[in-house]
Amino acid sequence: MDKWHMSRMLRDMLRARAFEEATAQGYAQGKIAGFLHLYPGEEAVAVGVLHAAEPGDYVVSTYREHVHALVRGIPAQEIMAELHGKKTGISKGMGGSMHLFDASRRFLGGYAIVGETYPIALGAAYAVAYRRLPEAVICFFGDGAVNQGTFHESLNMAALWKLPILFVCENNHYQIGTEIHRHSAITEVYKRACGYGIPAEKVDGMDVLSVHAAAQKALERVRSGDGPQFLELDAYRANDPIAAAIHEAESGYPNPAAMAAAGPDCISLFSAHCCREKHLDETDIERMRQEVQTEIDAAVRFAEESAEPDMETAWSILHANRRYETLMESPE
Amino acid sequence: MSEEIYYWQALNRAMDTEMAADDSIITLGEDVGLYGGTYRVTEGLMAKYGEWRVRDTPISENSFTGLGVGAAMLGLRPVVEIMTINFALFAIDAIINMAAKIPFMSGGQFPMPLTIRMPGGVARQLGAQHSQRLEHTLMNVPGLRMVVPATPQDAYGQLRQAIHSDDPIIFLEHELLYFSKGVVDETAVAPPIHQAMLRRTGRDMTCIAYSQMVLLALEAAEQLASEGIEMTVIDLRSLSPIDWETCVQSVQQTHHCLIVEEDCRFAGAGAELAATLQERCFYFLDKPIQRVAGLDIPTPFNGKLEAASIPRTKDIIEAARRLVSSAGVQS
Ligand SMILES: Cc1ncc(C[n+]2csc(CCOP(=O)(O)OP(=O)(O)O)c2C)c(N)n1
Ligand SMILES: [Mg+2]
Repeated sequence: MDKWHMSRMLRDMLRARAFEEATAQGYAQGKIAGFLHLYPGEEAVAVGVLHAAEPGDYVVSTYREHVHALVRGIPAQEIMAELHGKKTGISKGMGGSMHLFDASRRFLGGYAIVGETYPIALGAAYAVAYRRLPEAVICFFGDGAVNQGTFHESLNMAALWKLPILFVCENNHYQIGTEIHRHSAITEVYKRACGYGIPAEKVDGMDVLSVHAAAQKALERVRSGDGPQFLELDAYRANDPIAAAIHEAESGYPNPAAMAAAGPDCISLFSAHCCREKHLDETDIERMRQEVQTEIDAAVRFAEESAEPDMETAWSILHANRRYETLMESPE
Repeated sequence: MSEEIYYWQALNRAMDTEMAADDSIITLGEDVGLYGGTYRVTEGLMAKYGEWRVRDTPISENSFTGLGVGAAMLGLRPVVEIMTINFALFAIDAIINMAAKIPFMSGGQFPMPLTIRMPGGVARQLGAQHSQRLEHTLMNVPGLRMVVPATPQDAYGQLRQAIHSDDPIIFLEHELLYFSKGVVDETAVAPPIHQAMLRRTGRDMTCIAYSQMVLLALEAAEQLASEGIEMTVIDLRSLSPIDWETCVQSVQQTHHCLIVEEDCRFAGAGAELAATLQERCFYFLDKPIQRVAGLDIPTPFNGKLEAASIPRTKDIIEAARRLVSSAGVQS
């Protein structure tokens, strides 16, 4: 991988971290309400996978999707405005933190019911396969989501019809407060995919380069018609004080000892790698930090200053597809 | 062009006509392909359109209904068949949490041109798990539409309209209607998909029914007419939205309203109809609005008890007599 790509990936990781820090702050200040599921520590997963994606690919995500959306290219200000419930948000303030959608960037949504991303990906991939297009559908889910029935139903159908899906398990070892060995009989998630004959691999999810390489290889197979592929990305929460503080915004989070045991943060790891390989130096990284901070600060200002949607907007969205006129005509 | 055919054949023709015209229409479900559909609705379609457009699925209602949702997001117009409404309980997440929410939660970015077909209702001694009517659950979900065709003509017209719609639609059939016959004119201009229809007009009272119960109401009206009671029969055709104007107009003229539903009485469609109609017609009513409905009991297997657990023609006749008699009403 060349220097340009590396610095783009590092920049996205820093953007992601800065975005979530700003989000946690907004939440603490009471400006962002509702459930808030943050990403710090897992940036290598989103950045590694989504930098391997083409614009023609589709992405289906969970309720922990701010960073997936950001890295996919949805402008930070539109995500932030959605988190604030504003009219300028990507879902016009009707979705919120857990329901970011962007049709133009083929971001098929954030789903808050655990286990819903599989059937959505299945349907998108069915449409792609039916049209014989060289596109892939990337389906994200957590380790806790693999015990939902849809996991098994959908993997079976995906394999049966050789649908173009890359299944990506973000294994952060916890389902809220329940650690993986207490929620799953088989803790190596990738082994479950083998039961459906889907090629599966476990990769270090803290190493963005490994993630990227594995995702690229898997996505090429998916796009060339080899059927579904499966990646289990082993990840942990960041071992840094800011991230730890953020985690307190959620209940039942992994204890700091478990996080400390997980080793260094993925951003520090990758920054060190870039410096060691002489792609970047400390000054470059510091400049990057400042640039992304400026972007995120502007996004927060935009969100805070944006107007709220009115009930009129809500009704018009609900009725947008009603098209009574079409339904009233004879189908002839 | 008019021809007397079965209800299932009308659905089959609607599917065929639409699939021939638009290759974005696909259909999927258990046994819809090779086998031709449990009630023959998809007969012949797989041979004609191939397996990518007519897909036999495993028994995975939640995920194959969700597949329909995802495919609709990419612009296909899937028609998902769920073998019976009882199995749709496995798909309730795909229907309520996904299909009904995505267009809204995405701020209108993703229309949902999805039709979910399924039969419901009490057939003949299938037991409590196979005899449910769950329209009350689904009509309560904002963002979903639900149509309930009672005749082959409506089965044909409304299915074509449902496939054209960009809203998710529950297309509720009835197990006893598949082999009912009626004239279908494929060239007829279909009324708006949600518009209620007056199947018979009479000055004395208004009977509002839907699906299979429309046939019973018409039978009852016939008998009542011979006794000198003239009953209007409104076929709702759609439970979401409901065509209130047609109902209100009729009730304001007849001053008497009887609602007939096969679903359980408690918190059913009839409760919504009665509540809204009394709000809108209170000063026109001579008597309280009455309901003839299914008993609030899991359907007994025993044939006689099963029959007594849902409205029969004679129940409608008796309720109508009481409603228009000068005596008070007891329910
Ligand atoms: C069907 C369902 N059950 C329960 C919940 C509540 N819930 C929200 S997140 C979560 C844990 C999911 O864990 P995992 O899939 O590992 O994802 P992570 O949050 O670790 O990223 C649970 C149980 C839900 N949203 N949906
Ligand atoms: Mg987890």
